[in-house]
Amino acid sequence: MIVETGHYALVLALALALVNSVVPIWGGATQDRRLMAVAPSVALAGFGLVAYAFFALTYAHVVSDFSLANVVENSHSAKPLIYKITGVWGNHEGSMLLWVLVLSVFAAAVALFSGSMPEDLRANVLAVQSWIAAAFLLFILLTSNPFARLAEPPPEGNDLNPLLQDPGLAIHPPLLYLGYVGLSITYSFAAAALISGRIDAVFARFVRPWTLIAWICLTLGIAMGSYWAYYTLGWGGFWFWDPVENASLMPWLAATALLHCTAVMEKRDALKIWTIFSAILAFSLSLLGTFLVRSGVLTSVHAFASDPTRGIFILAILVIFIGGSLALFAVRAGGLKQGGLFAPVSREGALVLNNLLLTTCCATVFIGTLYPLALEALTGEKISVGPPFFNLTFAPLFVPLFVLMPIGQNLAWKRGDLFGAAQRLAAAIGAGVIAMLALAAWRGGPVVSVILSGLAVYVIIGSFADLGRRLFAGGASVAAAAQRALGLPRQALGAAFAHAGLGVTLLGLAATGWGAEKVIALKPGDVVEIGPYQLAFESVFSRNGPNYSEIVGRTIIRSNGVVKASIEPATRFYPTRRMSRAEAGIATLGLGQVYVSIADAAANGSVNARIFWKPLVALIWIGALIMAFGGGLSLSDRSFRIGVARRAHKAAAIAQPAE
Amino acid sequence: MLRRVALLLALLLAPLAAMAVEPDEILNDAKLEARARTLSAELRCMVCQNESIDESHADLARDLRLLVRERLQAGDSDEQIRAFLVQRYGDFILLKPPFKLATWLLWGAPFLVLVAGASAIIFAVRRHRGSIASPDGLSESERAKLESLLGKDGFS
Repeated sequence: MIVETGHYALVLALALALVNSVVPIWGGATQDRRLMAVAPSVALAGFGLVAYAFFALTYAHVVSDFSLANVVENSHSAKPLIYKITGVWGNHEGSMLLWVLVLSVFAAAVALFSGSMPEDLRANVLAVQSWIAAAFLLFILLTSNPFARLAEPPPEGNDLNPLLQDPGLAIHPPLLYLGYVGLSITYSFAAAALISGRIDAVFARFVRPWTLIAWICLTLGIAMGSYWAYYTLGWGGFWFWDPVENASLMPWLAATALLHCTAVMEKRDALKIWTIFSAILAFSLSLLGTFLVRSGVLTSVHAFASDPTRGIFILAILVIFIGGSLALFAVRAGGLKQGGLFAPVSREGALVLNNLLLTTCCATVFIGTLYPLALEALTGEKISVGPPFFNLTFAPLFVPLFVLMPIGQNLAWKRGDLFGAAQRLAAAIGAGVIAMLALAAWRGGPVVSVILSGLAVYVIIGSFADLGRRLFAGGASVAAAAQRALGLPRQALGAAFAHAGLGVTLLGLAATGWGAEKVIALKPGDVVEIGPYQLAFESVFSRNGPNYSEIVGRTIIRSNGVVKASIEPATRFYPTRRMSRAEAGIATLGLGQVYVSIADAAANGSVNARIFWKPLVALIWIGALIMAFGGGLSLSDRSFRIGVARRAHKAAAIAQPAE
Repeated sequence: MLRRVALLLALLLAPLAAMAVEPDEILNDAKLEARARTLSAELRCMVCQNESIDESHADLARDLRLLVRERLQAGDSDEQIRAFLVQRYGDFILLKPPFKLATWLLWGAPFLVLVAGASAIIFAVRRHRGSIASPDGLSESERAKLESLLGKDGFS
C-alpha cells in the first residue's frame, strides 16, 4: 500500500510541477502578484510529495518487499541495513528518484530562503526549476518506474553489486547529486534573468551562494568518490579519467569558472554575458553527465544502467534544455550592456584568464570523453582515449593556473600592479624554491615531483599572502593581527583557504612520485620492507560476513621494531552475484599510507599481494576538504546573510581597537 | 617547456595506476620489467571497461602482459611492440591515441580552444574599448581638421 501511495505521490508531483511551470511565468508576464505568489507554496508541496515517494521506496527496500522489481534486482534479505537504505539509490530507478528529490530540495530552499529576492525573479526561477522537475518526473514515470510490481514475487533478491556495498555509497552519490543538481538553480537563475531581461549585479548577488553550495558539494562528492575508488578497486589508483569521473569533473570545472566570474559581475558589473553563459554551461554539463551515466552510452566501471529508450529520452531533455536556453541567450545577449572597464593587468583580467584556462580544461575533458564515441559513430573507427591523453593535455593547462592563482589574488581591481604582486609573493616564491631545493637534496627522485611540490608550497603560502599583508600591516603584533582576522571579509578568507586546499591536493599528487610498490606472493611469516616500514604477514584465514565470505591476510606494520598498525586486507566473495571484490588494508601513518591489497589464496597457502607505500597521499583528499571548508567560509560571508546591517555594525566594533 | 612538463607529469602519474600484475609474471631484469610496466599502463584491456592491461584481472590482460614481456625479452623496442599489437588489435588497444588524420582534432582541440578563447577575449576587449573610447577621442577627419587649423606641429 505504501508503495502505491509513493507512486501516486510522484504522479501528483508531476502535476504540481506542470502547474508551477506555467502559472508563475504568466504572473510575471502580467505582473499579477497573486499568480507569482503561487510558486513558493507549490514548490514546497512538490518537495513534500517527492520526499514521500522517496520514503516509500526506502521503506520497500528496508522491509525487503520482493514484490517490487527494483528491490528484487538490487537487494537481499541478508544485506546489512545500511546497504538496504543506500541500495535505494544504488540503481538506475532509485538514483533518478534521488536526482529529482535533490532538485525539489533546491526548489524548496529557494522558496524558503529567498524572501529578499525580487518577486518576479523568484517566480521565474521556480518556474524554470519546475520545467526541469517535470521533465525528469516524466522520465521516471514513463521509462524508469521504481515502483513497478512483479506478478510472481521471488522469495529472495539478487543482492546489490558488491562494489556498491560500501559506506561510500551512503555519501558519494547524495553529495555528487547535491552538486550536479544544485547547478540547476544557477541555470534557473540564468534562464529567469534572460526571460525577464534583467541581468545585473543583483542577479550575481543571488546566484553566487547557490553556486557555492553546489560547488562545495561537488568538490566533496568528487573527492569522496575518488577515495572510494582508491580503497575498493584494489590497485591503489584514485583517478582513472574514466568517462563517468569526467562527467563529474566537467561540471566542477565549469562551476569553478562560474564562481570566479560571478565575483567579477557582482563587484564590478562586468562579464555579464559570459557569466550567464557559464551558468547555462555548468548545468548543461551536469545534464550531459546524467545522460552519459544513465543512458549506458559509455559502458564503464560505474555504469550500472543501460537501456536505449532511456538514453533517447534523456537526450531529448538535454537538447530541449540546452538548446532552449542557448536560443534564449542568443536573443537576449545582444541587448546586454557591458559594465565596468578594466585594464588587462587587474583582478578582473586575472579572473578572465582563470576562466579561459578552466574552460579550456573543461573542453579538453569534454572532447577527450566524447571523441571516441563521435568517431565511431561517424567512421566506425574505434580508438581509446585513456589516462595518457588526459595527463598530457590537462596538466599543461592546469600548471599555469597554479602559477597564476596567487598572483591574481594579489592584483587590485580595475588596474593591478604585476611587479607589486610579485613583491608581495616574494615570501611564497622563496618558500617554493627552498622546498624544491630541500626536496631535491633530501629525496632526489622524479624531477616532476620536486617541481610540483615546490609549486604546491608556493600556492599554499601565496594564497595567504594578501591576507597576511592586511593583517600585519604597519607592523601589527600577533594579537592585533588575530583580532583583525575576525573583521576580515569571510569571502577573502574563504578564497584563500580554497586556493590553499588546491595547493595541498597538488602536494599530495606530487608526492606519489616518491611512493614505493611491490607485487609479491606472500606466505604467513614473510616480512616485506616497503618505504620506511616493515610489514609482517602474520596469517591468512577465512571468515563470513552477513552476505559474503572473505579471505583475510592479517598484516602487522612495524617501524624499527615498533608496531605502528595492524591491517586486514581481504578479498570478499558475494555468492548471490558470484562476484568478488578487494577490500584493501590501509594504515594511515602520518599523512602517508601503507596500502595492501590481496588476491585469492593459492593452493600452497600463499596469496598474491600488492603493497604500496604512499607518502603524503592523504593530502590529496585533505586538500579537497580544505577547499570545501573555504567554500563554506565564503558562504558564511555576511554579505550573503539577512540582517546585514546589524552584524556589520558588530564586526566594525570588534575591528576598531585593532586599527 | 610545457611539453616537457606534460611528459614528466605523465611519467609521474603512470605509477599511480597500480597493478594487477601477478608476482609470477615479473621479469628478473628490473630494467625490462620497468619498461614492461610502462608499456602495459598504456595498453587497453580490450574486454574491460577503461582499464589498462596493467590494472586488469582479466585473462586476456594477463596474456597480453605475458606477450609484452616475451617480446621485450626477445629484444624488441617499445615501438616495435606497440606496432605489433596495433597490427593485431587496431588502434583501439592504445590508451594514448596515435596522432593521425582521424585524431588531429582530438590532439589539437585543447590548443584550438585556448587560441579561439584568447582571440575572442581580445576581440571583445578591443570592441569594448572602441565603443567607449570613440565618443571622447577624435575621429580621423576631426584630427585632420584640427591639424590644418593648428598647423602641422600643433602649435606654430
